[in-house]
Amino acid sequence: MATYNLTTPLRDEDVVPLHAGDVVYLTGTIYTARDAAHRKLMEALDNEERLPFELQGAIIYYVGPAPAPPGCAIGSAGPTTSGRMDSYAPRLHALGVKASIGKGKRSQEVRDALQEHKGVYFGATGGAGALLSQRITASEVIAYPELGPEAIRKLTVKDFPLLVVNDAHGAELYAKPRYEP
Amino acid sequence: MKSISAKAIHEAVRDMIMDACRLLSDDVYDAFTKAHAEEESASAKEVMAQLIENADLARNTQLALCQDTGSAVFFVDYGEDVKIEGGSLEQVLSDAMVEAYDKGYLRKSMCHPLTRKNTGDNTPPIIHAHVVPGDVLRIRFMAKGGGSENMSRVAMLKPAQGWAGIRDFVVRTMAEAGPNPCPPTVVGVGIGGTFDLAPTLAKKALFRPIGVRNADPEVAAMETELLAAINDLGIGPMGLGGKTTSLDVKVEMHPCHIASLPVAVNVQCHSSRTKEVVF
Ligand code: SF4
Repeated sequence: MATYNLTTPLRDEDVVPLHAGDVVYLTGTIYTARDAAHRKLMEALDNEERLPFELQGAIIYYVGPAPAPPGCAIGSAGPTTSGRMDSYAPRLHALGVKASIGKGKRSQEVRDALQEHKGVYFGATGGAGALLSQRITASEVIAYPELGPEAIRKLTVKDFPLLVVNDAHGAELYAKPRYEP
Repeated sequence: MKSISAKAIHEAVRDMIMDACRLLSDDVYDAFTKAHAEEESASAKEVMAQLIENADLARNTQLALCQDTGSAVFFVDYGEDVKIEGGSLEQVLSDAMVEAYDKGYLRKSMCHPLTRKNTGDNTPPIIHAHVVPGDVLRIRFMAKGGGSENMSRVAMLKPAQGWAGIRDFVVRTMAEAGPNPCPPTVVGVGIGGTFDLAPTLAKKALFRPIGVRNADPEVAAMETELLAAINDLGIGPMGLGGKTTSLDVKVEMHPCHIASLPVAVNVQCHSSRTKEVVF
């Protein structure tokens, strides 16, 4: 298990050395998108419209933050369950997205896309939204404000703590439940 | 007849909601500390340490414990000798909830099921009200996160499947949930009743503090057995492996139809946020 400090945007050279279980501290710009924003992004792609952010090298954080209390850049901001974005992720990786941040399992299709397009899936600690918000220094809504908590935000992060869950080599970190029917 | 002003209820419920989303209750906090001490792997210990730090941070700031401040769920025992002056129960709970989610910097998470348009103020709350004898009004609140709610399941088992079938359904549900519902979880189980009652019992069970067993020794033994079986899965904190997959299991049981054996599992995440006010 290794520890890396990475800066955005991510390139193949940043992603390929990562292995499931590695710790990454991420600094730079990331974009928030969850269910409703992904639906909008897909519509925009279908209609060949301009997207709200550059996909090449981008990192998408699956989060719908809480409103910012006075004096904070953002409210509580931990990851949401990634599996709900599985149907969208392969298309975004094919268009240059390098990483997503969330919690929970990914589908085989997403894991294949990570291998094919040299991508990585990071886990952040679910339910630690107050703590994670401390590593976000700026937040700005850049698209779909009507979606409220689901709007796309541009976040500036400093040493954002992540674990490599699915790497570009097909490995996964999560424990296999000991269950036999 | 006991008269309670809508204003007094509004203020108490508003404050209860804001507190619930920021101040983790002692039973959950203590369970975190215990899990942190008992876990052996570095990753499981690290997750538990982060959750403790997160709870401390939320307590000392205006930040919510988790960004998903949930659907607003209420269970109300409404004494038949209680009269609310100046408003209806439903309206006062809804108004208090709206104010709490606004003033408390809580996320508004309710939307139209198909268009997905956000209602903008977290309305409507989900209210389960029961008329009970006496002049007490007891209002319990739960901020119910979507990630754990999505891993919840209900099954109409065959009576012949009995305890073995129930046990397998609960354990399988938690195995399939894996890392998704933010383990270590709290698991509510409703056994019996009807198709609709079993999940309500499972949700109601989640209000019982961690470590407190069902008063019926037979049901208490089921809780202990299920907790051990779920923790044997080895999923651990955030699914990274470990001893603590669930902090506790709560079972509520109810008679059912001679043809049926309904079972429901309501999964609650580690951010188990419940609180109550009594008038
Ligand atoms: S499952 Fe619970 S702790 Fe996890 S993100 Fe949802 S509400 Fe928060």
